[in-house]
Amino acid sequence: MTVRTVINAAGRRVPVQINGQPVVAFKGVGKYRPSGRKYSPQIPSCSDFPTDGNKVVRSLEEALRKCGLRNGMTISTHHHLRDGDLISNRIFEIASSMGVKDLVWFPSASFPCNDPVIRYLEDGTINRIEGSMNGPLGRFVSEGRMKGTAVLRSHGGRVQAIQDGEVRIDIAVLVAPTADPFGNAKGTGGHSSCGVIGYGKADSMYATKVIVVTDNLVDFPCYPMEIEGNYVDCVVVTDKIGIPEKIVSGTTEITRSPDRILIAELTASFLEKSGILKDGVTMQAGAGGTSLAIAVFVHEILKSKGWKSKFGFGGSTKYMVKMLEEGQMGYILDAQAFDLDAVKSVENNPNHIPYPVFNAYNYHSKGNLTSMMDIMILGATEVDVNFNGNVVTHSDGYLLHGIGGWQNCLHARNVILPLPLFRDRIPVIVDEVTTLCGPGELIDVVITERGIAINPLRKDLIKKMKGSGLPLRSISELRDEAERICGKPQKPQFDDKIVAAIKWVDGTVIDVVRKLKTSQ
Amino acid sequence: MSKIATAGNAGPKVRSDCEITIEIRQKGGIAINLKSKVKTLYGESIKSLCREVLDFFRIRNAVLSIDDSGALPLVIAARLEAAIRKITGTEMEFLPEMIKENLYATTPERTRFSRLYLPGNSPGLMINAGLHSSHGIILDLEDSVAPDKKDEARVLVRNALRQIDFRGAERMVRINQGETGLKDLQCVVPHNVNLVLVPKCETAEQVRQTQEWINEIRSRKKIRNRIFLMPIVESAMGIENCSEIARASDDVVALVIGLEDFTADMGVQRTQEGAESLYARSRLVIAAKAAGIQPIDSVFSDVGDLDGLKQNVLRSKALGFEGMGCIHPRQIRVINEGYSPDNAEIDKSIKIVLAFEEASKNGLGVVALGTKMIDAPVVKRALKTIALAEKSGLIGKDWRGKTDSNQ
Repeated sequence: MTVRTVINAAGRRVPVQINGQPVVAFKGVGKYRPSGRKYSPQIPSCSDFPTDGNKVVRSLEEALRKCGLRNGMTISTHHHLRDGDLISNRIFEIASSMGVKDLVWFPSASFPCNDPVIRYLEDGTINRIEGSMNGPLGRFVSEGRMKGTAVLRSHGGRVQAIQDGEVRIDIAVLVAPTADPFGNAKGTGGHSSCGVIGYGKADSMYATKVIVVTDNLVDFPCYPMEIEGNYVDCVVVTDKIGIPEKIVSGTTEITRSPDRILIAELTASFLEKSGILKDGVTMQAGAGGTSLAIAVFVHEILKSKGWKSKFGFGGSTKYMVKMLEEGQMGYILDAQAFDLDAVKSVENNPNHIPYPVFNAYNYHSKGNLTSMMDIMILGATEVDVNFNGNVVTHSDGYLLHGIGGWQNCLHARNVILPLPLFRDRIPVIVDEVTTLCGPGELIDVVITERGIAINPLRKDLIKKMKGSGLPLRSISELRDEAERICGKPQKPQFDDKIVAAIKWVDGTVIDVVRKLKTSQ
Repeated sequence: MSKIATAGNAGPKVRSDCEITIEIRQKGGIAINLKSKVKTLYGESIKSLCREVLDFFRIRNAVLSIDDSGALPLVIAARLEAAIRKITGTEMEFLPEMIKENLYATTPERTRFSRLYLPGNSPGLMINAGLHSSHGIILDLEDSVAPDKKDEARVLVRNALRQIDFRGAERMVRINQGETGLKDLQCVVPHNVNLVLVPKCETAEQVRQTQEWINEIRSRKKIRNRIFLMPIVESAMGIENCSEIARASDDVVALVIGLEDFTADMGVQRTQEGAESLYARSRLVIAAKAAGIQPIDSVFSDVGDLDGLKQNVLRSKALGFEGMGCIHPRQIRVINEGYSPDNAEIDKSIKIVLAFEEASKNGLGVVALGTKMIDAPVVKRALKTIALAEKSGLIGKDWRGKTDSNQ
């Protein structure tokens, strides 16, 4: 069956239906007005729950049976245990052994440790994944082998979809490093501590059934509770929810690559000379090696000027923690802790505050955190001459990354993408992005080792940076240089079949990924 | 003669390189088996480049196996040419375009604080080398290249000299000793090399031999640009002869000490403080200064220890050295800053020169700045410092006006 397609406001051809459900095509940034009311799950009653507050059941299988696991259900998980997650795969192993079919897996992100679910995609237990797809999973989807169509959303788009009822979670399985028998849960404590578990908050509030899985059961009350027991149906206690050394990297380290350090230096210098970096600045940078190097340089500048950042938004790392502890940052608001120093800081420092992604990123909300940020440092696999960005596919057409918070963060005042001009002969600045994830009007500056391109829409920045001594170039000059060095790349060849839809932060479809022709 | 040969590098850690095996056959046309991480984007272009190279060398029947990790065209062409040379021994050269950015000359007296060593057979390190603002870039054919890789490295370095923009850094090549060195020169001299490093130099004769070879190639190939020489002294014998080495030719612009080999030759340990080489270093500095050329210090081998490097540079500068080799780009800034005059030195020098000029205008031969007498040698040194500061971009040409307003 072929589905009708339309051209959306970004000029991309997208379907009007995905997985049998009608969808809205992207209308432009801030243009789509949602109508109606938020989704609400069924009303529960205390009479169905033990009066002593003890909701512990014997096993995950029992919990899933109790929650009525059956064909076609949507199962959600969060990704706070990252590559050390031992529970997500287990859910589908159980479902498969029960003979359940056509589930939708709705994770907040997937990791290499989730590659075994390919088996359950193949045996029909899972119909599709709506979430990020990395490595072999991305390959599986790009080659058109998944039964349903993948839907990729940003972290904020995911909670928007939950809130608006676009995705109705039947069972949320939320792992928790610490929980009590009533279902109150938090991200710290025990031997699988991941710092925070805020990505599971919306799931707990909107899912029909909620299962908390922990390996560290404590007496009531588990405090401070990130997941509140009032939303929880059952609690499962297991030996081990995760592999600690894969949950957090013991330590995150700044890049050693001299080229990346050069990009970081240029970025710090740009922030300083443009006046974007100032006393009271608010900022967010990721955990990639280049971002960390930028954080270190920014810290030095703040210190030398006697400035202080009002707050930073995590994912937090030891470099951010250092700013907090040395007095160059007022607060860390945190949706996830990337290393052990960050986990320790959330546990001990009252100014390191867990801040759920639901509050930070949801676009269908009465304002959110991202538009309040002065500096946003982001990555991309490709940026094109119109400043459009791609974060989900590589230039060869394979789906290899999730969107993460990237689209949400584009709403910050100054969105800066420090990127290498090319990676192993693959140009990063290109004519047109393979997959559109973020419209160019929201991307302000691209900083490469061979020059800095400011979006022509940012006349203020262009004016400020004149005579700065930094290597300013137009984005097409950067594209030309990449092509001069690497050669002009061929385009990957796609079939018509749509394998994944890319949602914008408001739930509209900004682009799709098509099946790769693998005959080549 | 074997009809199969391989050149280049492949493996899990190799990037921006490729390994090409060619088997030349009697019939069957050209077959290319390509394994590449950029196959979707550049598969066709890699194959068509290989066909062009084969055609150039008039090879009509061959099987190529390419294991590519994102090599640029200049690298692919170099690898294939090197493999073909191994089989046929051809003297023909498949030359990629010489980019116009690379056609610059340098001067004997230019600043040479930092020069970055690049292993001659590792293309991944070459592509962005020019971005790190070292005064020179050395494409090394000597110690960083394994003996069985010398031939292919030479072809790669030649292509790099033509295609990679080193952004104004002095374009240097460190050649091998003896006949291998002559082969090196024949391959690289025609491609706008600014300077040749002569390793393990013990006698002035070695320098003169190198210069003769270069001049012979220059006149044969009708090359007009000057090629400077930088002998590396790395033995007791070399130190004994360093005055003659420094004066061996007008093209010698700097004298380098190589301490790893020197301490090995002496049978002593190389230490951080460097007492074991103090005499040798001092002797080399004096020989260089007496000959009017630049004395250059040995590399600092702990790339992780930037503080140690900084201390080392300051000691080196105090002895009279005017530069140091770098084995990692992160060392460049520390070295450039270390050898540059600092703000206090510059300020003082400007004051001295201004006071002296003022006094001369008033007909005074000797003047005092504070309680210190200023005479001709003091002024000369101050002028040198100012010239260096100007060259390093630390002050503008208008330093007279700028300082007046400060006073």
